[in-house]
Amino acid sequence: MPSLYEFANPVRFERWARPAIPWLVGATTLLLVAGLYYALFNSPADYQQGDSVRIMYVHVPAAWMALFCYSLIAVSSAVGFIWKHPLADVAAKETAPIGAAFTFLALFTGSIWGKPMWGAWWAWDARLTSVLILFFLYLGYMAIWRTFEDKTRAARLAAILAMVGFVNIPIIKFSVDWWNSLHQPASVFRAGGPTIHSSMLPPLFLMAGAYMTFFAAALLQSMRNELMARRLARIDSGEKKTAASLVES
Amino acid sequence: MRAFQAIIARDLRLAFRAGGGAPQAVAFFAVIGVLFALAVGPDLSLISKIAAPVIWTGALLATQISLDQIYRADREDGSLDVIIATSDELMVTAAAKAVAHWLSTGLPLIIATPVLAILLNLDRDAYVPLLLSLLIGTPGLSLIGSFAAALTVALPRASLLISIIVSPLYIPILIFGAGAAAAGAAGDPQYGANLSLLGAATLFAAAFAPIASAAALRSNQD
Repeated sequence: MPSLYEFANPVRFERWARPAIPWLVGATTLLLVAGLYYALFNSPADYQQGDSVRIMYVHVPAAWMALFCYSLIAVSSAVGFIWKHPLADVAAKETAPIGAAFTFLALFTGSIWGKPMWGAWWAWDARLTSVLILFFLYLGYMAIWRTFEDKTRAARLAAILAMVGFVNIPIIKFSVDWWNSLHQPASVFRAGGPTIHSSMLPPLFLMAGAYMTFFAAALLQSMRNELMARRLARIDSGEKKTAASLVES
Repeated sequence: MRAFQAIIARDLRLAFRAGGGAPQAVAFFAVIGVLFALAVGPDLSLISKIAAPVIWTGALLATQISLDQIYRADREDGSLDVIIATSDELMVTAAAKAVAHWLSTGLPLIIATPVLAILLNLDRDAYVPLLLSLLIGTPGLSLIGSFAAALTVALPRASLLISIIVSPLYIPILIFGAGAAAAGAAGDPQYGANLSLLGAATLFAAAFAPIASAAALRSNQD
């Protein structure tokens, strides 16, 4: 069994990541075309929501990915923090903007769906609110990476914040649910939601698969970019040092 | 334990003497209350309805604005390095810093609350629940906040970043705190549940924030 550390070598990472990306992009295209076809043309409209239910096929996988990405950040942060695995830090860092984008997509599509359903772009529904807070958690995490120049220090601090945030997610979720039930008794908004019809499941899972392969491709590509940028920065600072020593001598 | 007390005593002395920030947090708290009242307008019944939430938000913001001071001065004059190098258990020290922060900002805020509550025309029945919820909740704010301060101690101007980091983590305490204040004022049976959950959130912060702070302080050493 290959140890975790074999993947810590950026050269080895590059060797399998580069050929994997085109396959992932191809899979994304296939799944997305199939999923959108089912979602837009070959699935029933909801008996209550009409065609607006089709927003769900874009919205629900985005919300899943939002949570999945944050969990992935927390797990890679723990791996990077405990075993000082360099690629885990890079993975955590590069997952954040993609995850934040999925979170934004979930909020945005939820809001579009909310306009015809609730008559308002935004309602302080428990789920919407917790996703919004998740978005703020993403922003804080990315802010740490942006403000610290020293990458190893940024990695450690961002990892600590990601783990603290991850521990807090269930507490935040619970408190928002509680708050919501206090403020609006007998929630009119999707109380449990209609149990989903089986004909809606294939497009949903196809879309979820497309999101997943897209995420994998985007993550691998941005990890490669980050590794290359770091190598460039190293070469650059090395050249400056030799130039400086030449001037001195 | 003696180091724990010594750090609290030292931080309190620094906070309340000239140049310390403790009185400013209370002044900021009062200003928020006044600004809210001016923005809402002179409708007394509306003001009294939002008084407790405004005071809770004000306490949260005043705490947030003063977090930057917890470790900043110690780092600038080098005493933070000494503290880290000499303390047996850095998390105990981090806990002491959070306690000192609560004593120098949280407690004065609670003492100032009745005055602000009079200005905001708070109902007479709402005083005790509001003060009790603040008493249970604000230590949690200081604990979680001290973690954010430890995380950003190496940055020259961190108060905005601290606010971004800490706000999502404050949400449970704000919800249960303001919820307890509202339920207690209305005689709602959920008052006790809210207070217990608020206490649980603070205790949870007390258990984990010092550990996270210690890890952050170590990672921030040069």
